[in-house]
Amino acid sequence: MRDPFHDGLASGWKHIDASGLSADQTFEADVVIIGSGAGGGVTAEILSTSGLRIILIEEGPLRSSEDFKMRESDAYPELYQESASRKTADKAINIMQGRCVGGSTTVNWTSSFRTPRSTLEWWQSAWGLKRLTVDSMAPWFAAMERRLHVAPWPLPPNQNNAALVRGAAHLGIPVNVIPRNVKRCWNLGYCGMGCPTNAKQSMLVTTIPAALEHGAMLISRLRAEKLEFSGRQVSALAATALKADGLHPSGVTVTLRARHFVLAGGAINSPALLMRSRATDPHELLGKRTFLHPVVISAALFNETIMASSGAPQSVYSDHFQELAAVDGPLGFKLESAPLHPVLFATTLQGWGEPHARLMRSFTHSQTTLALIRDGFHPESRGGQVVLRADGSPVLDYPLNDVIWDAARRALLVMAEIQFAAGATWVTPVHETSPGYSSWPEARDGIVGLPLAPLRCRVVSAHVMGGCRMADTAERGVVNDEGRHFAYDNLSIHDGSVFPTSIGANPQLSIYGLVARNASLLAAALTGRPKPAIL
Amino acid sequence: MTSRREFLKTGLAGGLLLNVAGCTRPSADGGREVILKALIPVLLAGALASEGEARQTQLALTISGVGKAIDGLSLATQKEVGELFDLLAFPPTRILAAGLWSSWPEASPVAIGEFLENWRHSRFNLLKSGYAALHDLVFGAWYARPDTWAAIGYPGPPKVE
Repeated sequence: MRDPFHDGLASGWKHIDASGLSADQTFEADVVIIGSGAGGGVTAEILSTSGLRIILIEEGPLRSSEDFKMRESDAYPELYQESASRKTADKAINIMQGRCVGGSTTVNWTSSFRTPRSTLEWWQSAWGLKRLTVDSMAPWFAAMERRLHVAPWPLPPNQNNAALVRGAAHLGIPVNVIPRNVKRCWNLGYCGMGCPTNAKQSMLVTTIPAALEHGAMLISRLRAEKLEFSGRQVSALAATALKADGLHPSGVTVTLRARHFVLAGGAINSPALLMRSRATDPHELLGKRTFLHPVVISAALFNETIMASSGAPQSVYSDHFQELAAVDGPLGFKLESAPLHPVLFATTLQGWGEPHARLMRSFTHSQTTLALIRDGFHPESRGGQVVLRADGSPVLDYPLNDVIWDAARRALLVMAEIQFAAGATWVTPVHETSPGYSSWPEARDGIVGLPLAPLRCRVVSAHVMGGCRMADTAERGVVNDEGRHFAYDNLSIHDGSVFPTSIGANPQLSIYGLVARNASLLAAALTGRPKPAIL
Repeated sequence: MTSRREFLKTGLAGGLLLNVAGCTRPSADGGREVILKALIPVLLAGALASEGEARQTQLALTISGVGKAIDGLSLATQKEVGELFDLLAFPPTRILAAGLWSSWPEASPVAIGEFLENWRHSRFNLLKSGYAALHDLVFGAWYARPDTWAAIGYPGPPKVE
């Protein structure tokens, strides 16, 4: 198997692993981009192809297909924030977020949805984002869909996803095929550990190589510590080189200077950098309204083999329960499946000792359905707040309140009903006191009375959004709809932190589309050339 | 939802216990290993070999796996996990917070099981999250190892040439 990133490096792409630097250094470019995920990758390609000199920095390591051995023991510590065990302040929600070149796009499950119409319309009416209409955004989504080969998955779903199709069909619940950003996909099922065949069209194999081909420089294992300001300008970025372990500072400091800075560290890390830098925040918006699509999980046993570790992890979904009520009514949820691998399943599953071992022995017959709860629209759903620990590292304080639990209970009921309709012999919400149920009537009675509370009902998240929200005025937004910071003229934010609510769908394509638009506008502004035709 | 008062109580009591335990850093010199040696056979009952050399080897591999997992956590989380093991290692806090009167090597599997259930279903988030940390570290370290996969029918990753 060829590793195109290795070939590119051999052909002269500029990459510095900051853990190897032995002395303090200063770098200069037209634009410094902080973070190499969905936002940073797209920005790097668009700016570098317009002739701008780019430096792209990433806190995580550079890993590419040769390194992706499909083992959880390597993937979680190497490729994820905090070894895939980043947690909210009360430890009640586990957050999966990438930390490697390509960011979360290197480890996500490839589900690619345009920002839903209901979300864009809400942003227009509630957040004054009048220019972000379905029609004006459509060409940007279409452009990124072409760039990243996004298309509905053409193969039959694996048994894990097929169970969702079957159960929903019995109950008359509509299910659709998920568009995925893959090219010549082998249907292996290991997207979450880095794609070993380069089929996933992540930033690692698309936009970042394109930027490097145009002369951009990539610096990995470099932590953005602090922006320095001078009036309405960002004057420099102070960054800390990490040791090869990716955790401890090596003692080397790197200073980066540029005409313009693009912040693309993702929700949690982007607001945290501004907070550490004491960026002006007169309306106290930074880090607030951070959303997670809190996920609750229902596990089921089937007589037939499911083998949820194998095949495209997510290939079908249902938005039925997202569209039942008004967007700001009782919280809706999106139904999807989740792949199972031994560590992910064993750590997520409740209990210990023989009961846990028994469930694990049914690993190949286990199916899981998950519900992503759409947070940030209902007046009582205000998300969480990023705060800084004493060492400057961020932690998200996200209180799980009644509107979330109300949606969680409806979702756990619906998922159990679907699983039994699909032929499950046993179903349990992932919950510390659920005994598990052998029939739908039994599950219905049990789940209605299940105490839903933090650290009792398992809640996870793979989608972090908000914290540097965009809006029409500085009173209610950190940036405008172009991602330009209201207080600093040469600072843009190009990542999921700008969303004023959650998306209501896996967010990668929402980031790609909005950032393609905003990076194109920025390229025009910085080069003095005309704005792109599709605006 | 945790009430404000309950939160303060937990925060205060938890903080005090952690401070007392943390002064002596009892988990630093092998304290963590002693705790894990007692905990792992209880958490992994039904998965760990029931006796013999295999059991000892698996136990040692799991303990080192937990150590490796902790070393990969953020520095802030490593500190918190260190405090958790300090709390469990320091006899007064072990008795107060975990309800375990015997030392770890002498504690019966039943007593350790009761401790796990007490924390798992505690009123206090601090203790519930302590249970969750032990759960995730031990099960994560166990199922990360290819030699544990046959028992659950997981074939391991496919070959990619």
